[in-house]
Amino acid sequence: MKNDLILVLVVITALAFDFTNGFHDTGNAMATSIATGALSPRVAVALSGLLNLVGAFLSLAVAATIASGLVNTADVTLQVVAAGLAGGIIWNLITWLFGIPSSSSHALIGGVIGSTIAAAGGSAVKWHGLTSKVIIPAALSPIIAALVAATGTWLLYRISRNMTTASRSHGFRIGQVGSACMVSLAHGTNDAQKTMGVITLALIANGTLASGSQAPFWVILSCAIAISLGTYIGGWRVIRTLGKGLVEIDSPQGMAAESSSAAVILLSSSFGYSLSTTHVATGSIIGTGLGKRGAEVRWGVAGRMGSAWLLTLPCSALVGAGAYALAHAVGGSVGVIIILIILAVLAAFIYYRSRKNKIDHNNVNAEWSGTVAPTEPEHAAAA
Amino acid sequence: MNAWVNFSAIWKIVVFGLIAGAGLPALFAIGMVSLARGPKTQTAGGDSDAVVGGNPVNTAIAAVCFLIVLAAIAWGIYEIYKIGHPAPTPAPATK
Repeated sequence: MKNDLILVLVVITALAFDFTNGFHDTGNAMATSIATGALSPRVAVALSGLLNLVGAFLSLAVAATIASGLVNTADVTLQVVAAGLAGGIIWNLITWLFGIPSSSSHALIGGVIGSTIAAAGGSAVKWHGLTSKVIIPAALSPIIAALVAATGTWLLYRISRNMTTASRSHGFRIGQVGSACMVSLAHGTNDAQKTMGVITLALIANGTLASGSQAPFWVILSCAIAISLGTYIGGWRVIRTLGKGLVEIDSPQGMAAESSSAAVILLSSSFGYSLSTTHVATGSIIGTGLGKRGAEVRWGVAGRMGSAWLLTLPCSALVGAGAYALAHAVGGSVGVIIILIILAVLAAFIYYRSRKNKIDHNNVNAEWSGTVAPTEPEHAAAA
Repeated sequence: MNAWVNFSAIWKIVVFGLIAGAGLPALFAIGMVSLARGPKTQTAGGDSDAVVGGNPVNTAIAAVCFLIVLAAIAWGIYEIYKIGHPAPTPAPATK
């Protein structure tokens, strides 16, 4: 089946997903540096965007890896990819609206799995691969990251206990920026690859590329640009939750958190586990709260986040399945065009909703009052 | 090794994660403390080239710490590069 119009639409949608992936995850690397004032918010997102771009180019050997271990690629058509991407984007936007740092990788995987099930039934999903490569690492990685970050935090405070607060902050801010840069670089490498994989999968499904091909250069370039632009736009809502909502972060904690995230992500990748950057970064930040005596972890915020993580795979799968059902019922190119129009309308609506209690570089560091938006009386009672 | 959970990989990630993720920042902190200690333990003797405090032992300790951290970062970047550029394997024949 060859349909170049749909292929173009799918590629655009995949790049849109990559863009949401970028701004959803800016906070993973930069939230702690912004919260401690090591970097001004705008410099932080610009630096992170740039490093994501570099990171995306560091890895050029990309195949359709994300899908091949999880679903039976023979059952994947362009319709399936489009519906799966729609599921991933919708879930990313909803969680962003609520300022919840959820995993973009899980949103994408969930969406593709949902649409594959709707298209070809449950047997097209490699459940063992899904459990051992996605679900179990997702459950373990935040715990490991928290352990490393808590140890690091404890060590940093212990070693530097005789220093004056001012010189200590100065030194650790430098270290913090360095370690945050490593996380940005690793993010560009890990996450841009996932979209490159999806586009390559779509090209293969359309017969444009031979099965088993590598991502063409224009795919790598466009994905790298999309994710770094998204990062530069900055998901301020998520940054605020990570930097201010979970734990009040001081510069030694920031450095411990980012070092732990960078180490765990890079080590896992070299062992062949493609972890969610978000899960690791969140685990690390909670760990720094546990490692510092007297620091408070807001478990309410953490719990809300945890439940969103549990919901990410099934919810984006449901949206993906629904989108496929709709596209399939209408049929052909028109079906795909209709779900993409619905996607665009929903995205515009969510963006409009976000303007009502806007968070940007000006108020990202405002005192945490129990909600993502600094001054939102209607939610204040829930705190 | 279990088919569902790769325990040996998890242990390695925990151990190396602690070494790299907690050990390196600790080294950085030791370097920082050494640099800051300079002026208190020894009065710098008007040497305009003195780095912060001028105590050569402390400065050397700091330099070693920072060098190890930098080397580890370089290794980390090389690891990222290697993930993206695996050694070429014979492509499996596809139908």
